[in-house]
Amino acid sequence: MARPCAVVGIGQTKYAKRLDVSLDGLVRIAALRALEDAGMTFADIDAIVIGKAPDALEGVMMPELSLADALGAVGKPIHRVHTAGSVGASTAITGVTLVESGRYDRVLVVCYEKQSEGNATWALSGGRSGGQGAGGSFAPWIRSYIQRSGAPEHIGWKVAVKDRLNALKNPYAHLHLPDISIEKVRESPMLWDPLHFLESCPSSDGAAAIVLACEDVARKAPQPPAWVIAHAKRTEFSSFPGRDTVRIVAGIDCAEALYRKAGITNPIEQIDCAELYVPFSWYEPMWLEGHLICPEGDGWKLTDAGDTEIGGRFPVNMSGGVLSSNAIGASGLIRCLEAANQVRGTAGDYQVDGARVALGHAYGGAAQYFAMWIVANELNPTYK
Amino acid sequence: MNASTAHKRYVPARDVAIVATAQTPCSRSYADTEPSMIMRCVNSLLDDTGLQRSDLEFTIAGSCDYLSGMPFAFVSNIDGVGAWPPVYESHVEMDAAWALHEAWLRLQLGDIDVAIVIGSGKSSPGRPREVYALQTDPYTMAPLGLDTISLAGIQGRALLDAHVATEADFAEVVSRSRRSALANPNAQVARDDTIDALLAEPYFSAPLRRHDLPPISDGAAAVIIAAGDRARAITDGSTVGFSRPVWIRGMDHRIESHHPGLRDLTQSPSTERAAIEAGVHEGGIDVAELMVNYSPEEIVLRRALGFPSLATDDTDINPSGGPLAGHPVMATGLVRVIEVANRIGAGTAHRGVAHASSGPCLQQNLVCVLEGDR
Repeated sequence: MARPCAVVGIGQTKYAKRLDVSLDGLVRIAALRALEDAGMTFADIDAIVIGKAPDALEGVMMPELSLADALGAVGKPIHRVHTAGSVGASTAITGVTLVESGRYDRVLVVCYEKQSEGNATWALSGGRSGGQGAGGSFAPWIRSYIQRSGAPEHIGWKVAVKDRLNALKNPYAHLHLPDISIEKVRESPMLWDPLHFLESCPSSDGAAAIVLACEDVARKAPQPPAWVIAHAKRTEFSSFPGRDTVRIVAGIDCAEALYRKAGITNPIEQIDCAELYVPFSWYEPMWLEGHLICPEGDGWKLTDAGDTEIGGRFPVNMSGGVLSSNAIGASGLIRCLEAANQVRGTAGDYQVDGARVALGHAYGGAAQYFAMWIVANELNPTYK
Repeated sequence: MNASTAHKRYVPARDVAIVATAQTPCSRSYADTEPSMIMRCVNSLLDDTGLQRSDLEFTIAGSCDYLSGMPFAFVSNIDGVGAWPPVYESHVEMDAAWALHEAWLRLQLGDIDVAIVIGSGKSSPGRPREVYALQTDPYTMAPLGLDTISLAGIQGRALLDAHVATEADFAEVVSRSRRSALANPNAQVARDDTIDALLAEPYFSAPLRRHDLPPISDGAAAVIIAAGDRARAITDGSTVGFSRPVWIRGMDHRIESHHPGLRDLTQSPSTERAAIEAGVHEGGIDVAELMVNYSPEEIVLRRALGFPSLATDDTDINPSGGPLAGHPVMATGLVRVIEVANRIGAGTAHRGVAHASSGPCLQQNLVCVLEGDR
């Protein structure tokens, strides 16, 4: 009974420390760009869904209230999603289900974070001082991956360089580091062993927006539609005895459900490229394995062989990824909309030639929340 | 907002019903954690329906990090729901009535039939008056320290100045709500106060007196919803839970401008519009549960929903006592749905309306129409 749904508009702000705009201005820029891309105005929108990470990052509680005017929501439904770091992708998926349900024909999805308004590491430590931050939580699991897989230490450095070189092709990316190199990453300060400073995401301000539409509207849209052919979400407890924090069951389950829905049986061959949530370099090989894109133990080999570069066998984070821009609440939506950019052929200088099917992904919390979607240039794609 | 917009309202393709409800009593300070309040509700729902955790195909919760002052507080709440093996789950940083709206539409996709919706909040660790000031615009309002109680007072003043209501009308709302709550085992404030006695109390934030405000409460609530025949199968022959499905006939929510100066605070056009979209006026209403956080809001909401006069209308308004008798923030709106559903599920009402709100001065409003089988 689910109706088809497509991305028909995409908008982003420049990701940076944005002291030049208010919260209202930030979200409105992204929303207006998405609407312009869709050939619409606020008047065409039936419902708005917003997502962001904890309200404490900016100190504004339930911001859908104060942002209602800037987002053209007055007189309309506005809905707010919060699922930790996965929120951007979760918000996109909520928007899709609202269209699929038949309730709304045109839904505006907006996600943002303005990290410069607060102290992200404090907030990411659950509001406690002296916390270990996100990197401190993930580093032991990364070490566990390295031990289990036998991956050499330069894999993380390679991901860090590859994503920053990709970011040079993306004008919205926060970090533009033209002289990035393996040596620079290796020599940068160690933050959480084995993660160096340059293997970590930046703190960014920014907003991203998409317009989702039902089939009738999508067929008439000015841009080619990116059809959302499957989406999936899974959550597990943050900690319990025996929890595998490297090969996470919720991540496996989520990928299986996603591929089943999409009719994908061989992800690495049938998906042309992916935007994966990689806030710390090592999560590229970890998610390649943890989402069944390649067999266990092979993820780092793909990275090492250059297969995840643009032009490689399975390009990952063509836009520069979270390692180049991390407006936390928006990051998952950026992964999803960059996947859509690829299948629409609107990814500019970081376009993967002939991309037809792409994966957008985010995770959050203690690597316990997963949200993923598959977009394609056709409503019923045929796979290799 | 154009209430005369002549278009066909959304009618769901799939009938979805509330099949079981649970709530904790409202308490000034619940001695245990938020996940333990949630677990109490979830276990109660499973007991009443005979369902297993694995039968719940979609989980969605509403809560607010700011109440406990801990970013990511909602993450620990899943400990009270259960998430192993991993579950298909989401979370709104809104009252759980909005989580119910998302779940209701999610079931329209047809691939899953059963969902659980949970709302929880512990206001006791913080100072709500300071916390809610952070809901206001961070540039133009929050720096003034303009909090929701003061804003509710401004709304009350607008009603008085427009001669729409008197302070005695506010006291009548409180007196009736507290008296109704005497029959509600989950109420926190239940007593028999005369209007004159209430009017003799001093102002707290003029024209509001302390009793025009909700109590500070901890509490949680949850419902299970199911589609079509699955809903009938769950309730059929049930001895502890609902004996019949409580169908969600319509649900809609709308928001207004954030800036009180841009609104007529004596009106609630967002409620009016949501009521039309939810189909409130397409049948008789036996019972209405309204999210009246501050007593003047009942007068605004009655007008918006078309229940202008208690004397001339048969609708039973806030028989539970409403939020003035217990205000488990983030569950308060869902509890309104539950109170209506319980009466329909028990067969003492046939058709009812539940209302939830968010933001200062009823900025955002949700309306839900529930109905039993004849």
